[in-house]
Amino acid sequence: MSQLADKPALSGASLRGDWTRTRHSLTAQSERYLWTWIGIGGREFAGARPLLLVALFVALGLLLLLNLALGSASIPPEQILTILLGGEADHLSWTNIVLKFRLPKTATAALAGMALGVSGLLMQTYFRNPLAEPFVLGVSSGASLGVALVVLGSGAVGGALLAGLGLAGDLLLTTAAGAGAALTMTLVLLVAVRVRSSVTLLILGLMFGYFVGALVSLLLYFALPERIQAYINWTFGSFSGVTSAQLPILAAFVVAGLLLAAALVKPLNGLLLGEDYARSLGINLKRARIGIVLATALLVSAVTAFCGPIAFIGIAVPHLSRGLLGSSDHRLLLPGACLAGACVALCAAIIAELPGNNLVLPLNVVTAFLGAPVVMLVLLRQARGKL
Amino acid sequence: MTPPLETRALAIGYRRRGKSDLRLGHGLELRLQRGKLVGLLGPNGIGKSTLLRTLAGVRKPLAGQVLISGSDIANLKPGELARHLSMVLTALPPPMLMTGYGLVALGRHPHTDWLGRMTPEDHSKVAAALRAVKGEDLAEQALAELSDGQRQKLLIARALAQESQIMLLDEPTAYLDLPRRIETMSLLKRLAHSQQRAILVSTHDLDLALRSCDRLWLMSPAGITVGAPEDLVLDGRLSETFRADGVRFDQRRGGFFLDPPGGRAIHVAGDSEETAWMRRAVRRAGFALNNEPGKIVVMRAQNGREPIWKLRINESVTKHQTIEAVLNRLEGQLE
Repeated sequence: MSQLADKPALSGASLRGDWTRTRHSLTAQSERYLWTWIGIGGREFAGARPLLLVALFVALGLLLLLNLALGSASIPPEQILTILLGGEADHLSWTNIVLKFRLPKTATAALAGMALGVSGLLMQTYFRNPLAEPFVLGVSSGASLGVALVVLGSGAVGGALLAGLGLAGDLLLTTAAGAGAALTMTLVLLVAVRVRSSVTLLILGLMFGYFVGALVSLLLYFALPERIQAYINWTFGSFSGVTSAQLPILAAFVVAGLLLAAALVKPLNGLLLGEDYARSLGINLKRARIGIVLATALLVSAVTAFCGPIAFIGIAVPHLSRGLLGSSDHRLLLPGACLAGACVALCAAIIAELPGNNLVLPLNVVTAFLGAPVVMLVLLRQARGKL
Repeated sequence: MTPPLETRALAIGYRRRGKSDLRLGHGLELRLQRGKLVGLLGPNGIGKSTLLRTLAGVRKPLAGQVLISGSDIANLKPGELARHLSMVLTALPPPMLMTGYGLVALGRHPHTDWLGRMTPEDHSKVAAALRAVKGEDLAEQALAELSDGQRQKLLIARALAQESQIMLLDEPTAYLDLPRRIETMSLLKRLAHSQQRAILVSTHDLDLALRSCDRLWLMSPAGITVGAPEDLVLDGRLSETFRADGVRFDQRRGGFFLDPPGGRAIHVAGDSEETAWMRRAVRRAGFALNNEPGKIVVMRAQNGREPIWKLRINESVTKHQTIEAVLNRLEGQLE
């Protein structure tokens, strides 16, 4: 019956079907060839969509350009290209805007997005908890204590900050946040060397966060209202506070953290089954735990110091990349979280500036507004059984 | 020949701060052999999991040594140990975006490079492991779509793909239904015999262990007794180990039963399928069985063309359609 039905349809539908099949097998072949050399082309990746990494890469490129092109001053795209390629723009102010403001901001957003996405993935895998995020270990609490001490505690410097003046205040803030974050992470690392189970580490991290949060609340309670405003501004998060001179420092931390995370893909994959199984697969749990905490520390402390406690990206991006790539394998997820994190951060940066308008929204408002519906959509699609 | 795993004067348990060690076993001289399925049995809390975790190198022994192919487990690197010993645990892994094949492929970890890249040889080992558990049809399925039994099967395949001589399984059948439990145990038995693996499986399923294991390690407060299942039953050590109030191990039937509460014994006459089930029902209802015809006798009879149950208590005989009716009458009479 079906054979009879197939024959007359030689033209039209079945030809189209043939072509679709050929195209599919061609795509499948090239895909396999493309990925085999980095080790993600095998049968163990069935159901995954590694090609979406390429799509994310393209999206990242577009968003980088968009971030450079959009802003409160409208600069023609060809002028921006000229400036980027080292040429002279029609107005000197344009060169200034692009190189001194937009470029550092764009780079900061991309780096911060990568750092938060990857550290979120590390935390979710290590704690085997979909609600884990980069700050569960208490980094942001440590950083906020540093900032709170500076803003609320010291008279003269706090005053300078309030006036919104200058570099010295910003730098001090960054240093304070960085010191707080680094101190916290050192403490957590010391604990990580000693504890046996991830749950203990998680609870210690959370408790530490509450403890420090209480200290901050105490400082806030006795602080002057204007100072509180300055502190709150810091908690909103921002990609614009990093100067070209500071950028290499942030970049160095993020690149180091990402490289360390890349070296951990195998232990991370083993940890998908839980710590006991990971150990039985020959993974040195202690080394893996220290590596994961250290990578998270490098990534998150630097970002929090320079950009404030940016919420949401760290928890949402891992889910987003799992949903997009259709895989739990970290050889896909790590680059995926890296690219998706940068994309989400760059989107948030554009929207926060509200192009064509002088209003700037708090970054943390944007990340959650933008991200929450996307993550819900991805999770619901997944729940419907789409691998 | 050195056995794949043996222990020397092993003491297991927990170190407690400010108190003496909690010893769950000491002076253990155990030995796992190739090609044998060994069942680890013992009442709850006796330390089966602790023993397994000590044998796997997860816990440090309180004293003594665990030797893997003759070398002390304490001196083996994690990666090296993983090539000798694999584990299957009670808990099933959390949901992951992965196919069955991907899960089994994780078992190749000890053999792959730092990225976990699979060579054609690795792929053939994974395929072989899937074949061994008869799970080829699960390879392309998403883990989220599989049942507990299917996932446990894949985890066993994962342990096989690890190509370790020794396999330790901690209650792998705990979450499975009876047919799946039987299937899993016979699978383990087949693997031990056909692939010459040394397999140790802890279980609470005494009946199944008696039927499928080549040897038993019977764990009791006094230590670990080792032997063929039948020997341990016949010399009474099995029933001794599991003795509890009101529960009795029936040597003849090879299982645990509630002690009948001192009631009168009932004789069920006949040797058919129906009478066998009547005996079960009588036991289940808490009566003792009497091998000789006594004051209470149940028998199968014909009422015209229709088969019925005849119940004689002392001299009064009643007729019943169903087993339930007989039990009701018995309970009513013997209150």
